[in-house]
Amino acid sequence: MEANTLIGSHSRPPSKAGALAKRERSLAYIMLLPTFFIVLGIVLLPLLANFWISFKPVTLGDLRAAQPVVNERIRPRPKAAGDEGVLRYRVRNSSKKDQLYAVSFTDVLPSGLEVTNLHESCRINGSVLTCRLGDLEGGSRLDIEMETRVSQVYIDSGEQARASKPVLAYEAENSLTNLEFSLDNFNKIFSAREFWQVLRVSLYYTIFGTLGALVMGLFAAQLLNTAFRGRIILRGLFLFPYVAPVIAVAFAWVLLLDAGPGGTFNAMLQQMEVSDGPINFLGKRSVDVHLFGFNFAFPVALTTVIIFESWRYFPLAFLFILARMQSISSEIYEAAEMDGATPFQQFWYLSIPQLLGILSILFLLRFIWTFNKFDDIFLLTGGAAGTRTLTVDVYEQAFAVSNLGAGAAVAVVVFFVLLFFSLIFFKFSPRDDG
Amino acid sequence: MRRFQLPVTACVIGAVWGALWMVLAGITMMMVSGLVFTPPAGLAAFLGALMALGILFFVTPESRKFPRLIGLALLLVFGLLMFGRMAPFGLRLSEGIWTQAGTMLLWAGLSVVSAHLCLEGFGSQPVRRYLYELLMLRVLKGLGLVLFSVFVALPFYVMVMTSLKSQQSLLANPLDFSVNITAPPDELFRSYIELFTKFHFDTFLINSAIVSVVTVFISLAFAIPGAYAVARLRFPGQAFLSRSILLIYMVPAIILVIPLYAVFSQLGLRNSLVGLMVVYPATTIPVALYMLQGYFRGLPSELEEAGLMDGLSRVQVIWKITLPLAVPALASVSLYVFMIAWNEFLFAFMFLDDLDIFTLSRGVVSLNSSEVPRQHLMAGAVVATLPVLVIFLWFEKYLVSGLTAGSVKG
Repeated sequence: MEANTLIGSHSRPPSKAGALAKRERSLAYIMLLPTFFIVLGIVLLPLLANFWISFKPVTLGDLRAAQPVVNERIRPRPKAAGDEGVLRYRVRNSSKKDQLYAVSFTDVLPSGLEVTNLHESCRINGSVLTCRLGDLEGGSRLDIEMETRVSQVYIDSGEQARASKPVLAYEAENSLTNLEFSLDNFNKIFSAREFWQVLRVSLYYTIFGTLGALVMGLFAAQLLNTAFRGRIILRGLFLFPYVAPVIAVAFAWVLLLDAGPGGTFNAMLQQMEVSDGPINFLGKRSVDVHLFGFNFAFPVALTTVIIFESWRYFPLAFLFILARMQSISSEIYEAAEMDGATPFQQFWYLSIPQLLGILSILFLLRFIWTFNKFDDIFLLTGGAAGTRTLTVDVYEQAFAVSNLGAGAAVAVVVFFVLLFFSLIFFKFSPRDDG
Repeated sequence: MRRFQLPVTACVIGAVWGALWMVLAGITMMMVSGLVFTPPAGLAAFLGALMALGILFFVTPESRKFPRLIGLALLLVFGLLMFGRMAPFGLRLSEGIWTQAGTMLLWAGLSVVSAHLCLEGFGSQPVRRYLYELLMLRVLKGLGLVLFSVFVALPFYVMVMTSLKSQQSLLANPLDFSVNITAPPDELFRSYIELFTKFHFDTFLINSAIVSVVTVFISLAFAIPGAYAVARLRFPGQAFLSRSILLIYMVPAIILVIPLYAVFSQLGLRNSLVGLMVVYPATTIPVALYMLQGYFRGLPSELEEAGLMDGLSRVQVIWKITLPLAVPALASVSLYVFMIAWNEFLFAFMFLDDLDIFTLSRGVVSLNSSEVPRQHLMAGAVVATLPVLVIFLWFEKYLVSGLTAGSVKG
């Protein structure tokens, strides 16, 4: 076979991919297959499923799909051969709302138990009892009763009628998979007055959080760009907020900023005589500020979560910017020094242009990630006091109000806003820096 | 006018340092000692300005500066006592004498050293713009370093100290972070002991470790072949994949959580660690793949070609040549994935209901109630932070290089 390929490639130019290239291609596909499947299953399909759910009026309770439950007993309990008793199967629909279709069950009757008066919907084949019950309304139940007599065999075996569990068969409508669609969820979220407020808060949070993290990162990178003793330690310390788990740092901030008795930061401010009373940094929606004749409402809680966001994510920007700075050759600075450029001029005209590439990439990434961020705000304020972003709204709708459909609809909005920004970024971002 | 440029600047610098160090030294000593007082920041600024003039005019390179600086520091303390009418902190001097003395000395020393570091080399003569900006830069850097360090470290400091205190004492004096280190360990670490004996944190710790380590292994097992294929093998869609794989990482978890919650509920995977071990790798594999393919690309392909010529199969080449060369990248990817899995909150919070399968993230949230005292919550936070921080500090070099390798080109 190898000889054939060799001859083939000699006699005419390869029009199709050679065997080697083909093998390489299939090997590549095999190696990528596991990744493909897990990403498909856990990311791409759920993404589509989210669109699906957003068009459905589903609540959290609907996840427990309707199913029949059956109980079996004989009363009075037979004690001796020849005793008569009523065998009863009670079938119940577990769901209050959803109907069950074509419910039936089969049960193996214990030996020595004789049914004397078979229920009309049941058949006996040998010792196997089969009953067809038809449809079962939501929340309803059905009793199947039949008279029985036992023989000595039943008493001797000590078996109970219950020993064999009835096996149920049914068809249920799953409210997630049926083909009913409606625009109710979207109507509901778009008509809610707070939706536009939520969208605006999301944008403020994303824009200022991103800028805050970048500016802090740039500043921190400037600080640690020169060599001095303790620099390595400080670099490690500056990465702490990013490395530590979000629950730990969020709760530390909550306790630090607590407005009640025992809040450290408020105690400090009052001790410094900066503020008279405790400031509820995470619970106050806004204060009115009078500045140069302008009155505006300064959002307190939103600013606090933006500061937290900058605090937590500046290390990432810091790390990338520092790495880029240290890769800039020192020659251009030496040349600038010879020409008499001052330190600030060097920073503005030499460093910043060199950093523009990494800064724009960082802005893009952080913008998207900040927009996606859920846990920070959720843990700090729970979305109260004017800090509810779109992502927190997804959670609130889906799990706090337990309307999965509405939550999914907000998630769809999140996705499209994200898509919109991504398209803008990809249109305007520089191509060469990747 | 230019004659006053430097002295005025020096005054401002001295005032800023004086006030800043007064506040910081005051808070530090308050936290350490438990004594409550108000640091006189205004007075400190005034004295700091005078001190800076002293440095500018009397501490010259030619003079023996060390004794003069010490003299200035002592003068500062003296000035504070005089202008503060012998009670600069609003307390009688006999009250917590060591705390007051400590605050004053700390303040004076740090102010003098900071101002000197800024003003070193400058005299009373006016300077060109270049040197003036140099001076500004020194001040900005100094202030930045101090403020940044405090800003970054304060929440962690509060976290650790709160976990060692009791709620009652913190309510009584929220600034008192003094801890009796000489107390017997079972008293000092009472919150931690209770977490592990009564709040199942031993189980949570093991669960978190299992989930994170399994996530690392699954991510590597999936990402290594994928990254190798994208970096080395030619196939249609290769360029597209190498660029777009990171897009997966842009999909917000909050969009995935509703469908996954619904499907996992019906599959019975929701309230289980296995569910997490399926979801976490799916979110980390794209990053891992992206980071690894960047590294694989940088490895010389001649070595692998030599291996292929010598009759090794692709799998053998990867196993025997590529992976040993990629150990640093593997370490940094593992570390990063471990960090993501260990710190993950949303899915753990949504999926886990039963106490015996909580991860640390989920477990700490369960401590956030009014019935559980604060020091337990903070002790839980410390328990969740410590392992990942220790691992990070141990392998910091790898993480830093790995994180920046992908996108920063020389």
